[in-house]
Amino acid sequence: MLNTNLKHIEDVVEYNKVLKENENVMLVCGRMGPMCIPVYGIAEELENDYKNVKFCDFEFDTQEADVIRKLPEVRGFMGIPFTIYYKNGKVVKATSSIQTKEQVKTILDKEFGVK
Amino acid sequence: MSTDNHYDSIIIGAGPAGLTAGIYLARARVKTLIINEGIVGGQIILTHEIANYPGVENISGYQLAMIMKKQAENFGCTIINGKSVKSLELENEVKNVTLSDGSIFTTNSIILSPGGRSRTLGISGEDIFKGKGVSYCATCDGDFFTDKEIVVVGGGNSALEEAVSLTKYAKKVTIVHQLDHFQASQYAIEEAKKNSKVNFIMKSSLSSFKGNESIESVDIKNLETNEITNFKTDGVFVFIGYSPNTEFLKDKVELNRRGEIVVKEDMSTNIEGVYAAGDSITKLYRQITTTVADGTISALSVSNYLEKSRINKN
Ligand SMILES: Cc1cc2nc3c(=O)[nH]c(=O)nc-3n(C[C@H](O)[C@H](O)[C@H](O)COP(=O)(O)OP(=O)(O)OC[C@H]3O[C@@H](n4cnc5c(N)ncnc54)[C@H](O)[C@@H]3O)c2cc1C
Repeated sequence: MLNTNLKHIEDVVEYNKVLKENENVMLVCGRMGPMCIPVYGIAEELENDYKNVKFCDFEFDTQEADVIRKLPEVRGFMGIPFTIYYKNGKVVKATSSIQTKEQVKTILDKEFGVK
Repeated sequence: MSTDNHYDSIIIGAGPAGLTAGIYLARARVKTLIINEGIVGGQIILTHEIANYPGVENISGYQLAMIMKKQAENFGCTIINGKSVKSLELENEVKNVTLSDGSIFTTNSIILSPGGRSRTLGISGEDIFKGKGVSYCATCDGDFFTDKEIVVVGGGNSALEEAVSLTKYAKKVTIVHQLDHFQASQYAIEEAKKNSKVNFIMKSSLSSFKGNESIESVDIKNLETNEITNFKTDGVFVFIGYSPNTEFLKDKVELNRRGEIVVKEDMSTNIEGVYAAGDSITKLYRQITTTVADGTISALSVSNYLEKSRINKN
């Protein structure tokens, strides 16, 4: 399990449940490494500001994370974390590798609108 | 002056320099605030395994940072995270610090420890292909390049060491460096040269990234002839050094031509009551040990400065 304060998704059943129960989801799929930890930190900080978004993580090196690694939207991705944004269960945006807080906020504002 | 927003000392940046200064000051009962943009720990968060910090055998940067943070907070230091310092008024005895969210703090002394960041190439396609072939972390992304051909840009210790470590995955690693020699230790150079998977293109630099879903090739410019050659590759790892995070200090304290803060032996800057520590100051070696030492010196100097100011007033 990842050492973050985000909601951890550990299997496909839970993944589907989170997507079904939440209109807006930001999911960070990574490891406890240099490029990933800053993105978890950003998600943790934004959790308070974006009450309309469910923030969660998924451990990259698990069989279950195939559900993320095989998304068509991550084809060509070669940098962790894979960060996926969902609206009503559909992927609306995906990014690869480290992102700044400003980059994440821009996506949240564009895809999920007002806080 | 509101006492809630007034501190004896404000530290800007919670990397190892700022956290160390925080530990020393808070322990000396100096009311201290650390303001940090990004993640507490600074660049050490970017290190998977730290093997050269005395007294601790193999620890991740994240773990070391969390211990330093806990130490500072346990001694009574306040840490504001996720906010950057937008502007500073340093001239008067009481200094003003304005944050990105508009909040204003006042203080009698400041320690500047904003550290630095890895340099990027700044060429066409770099942002588009970040995470799609362009990487700045071999330990994070190396396994995506198993049996692939990659380029490593740079000529210092990091570039050579990471190039060798990437041969665990890649079938061919080409180091592109702008000079005709490396600025690395003899050991790192020999390790790279004796590795049969490592090749070298010297006196050259990358001029653009090309591809569709991910990188397919790069343009490499020969710096002697100016000739540009297209070079097929599956990925590019960039290790070209560092820039100090001192843009917000321009015209506030003395910086050298590389943007590093000029300090004296006691870590004081050219402005009274303003000190600096860590990777953002003028110095030769940027390591956690040297940074922690700077943090210690700056905190002891601030304690001394505050004590002298108090005596002068009485
Ligand atoms: C990939 C990598 C691996 C490394 N490995 C090692 C190693 O194994 N051993 C070793 O000894 N050293 C290592 N280093 C070097 C070491 O990490 C640095 O020397 C050290 O982190 C510098 O500490 P610092 O506190 O000066 O700055 P930083 O660690 O850079 O921290 C500065 C902090 O200030 C914040 N900040 C910047 N501007 C502002 C602002 N305007 N307002 C508020 N906050 C701000 C930053 O966000 C950051 O959190 C490594 C560095 C890198 C990049």
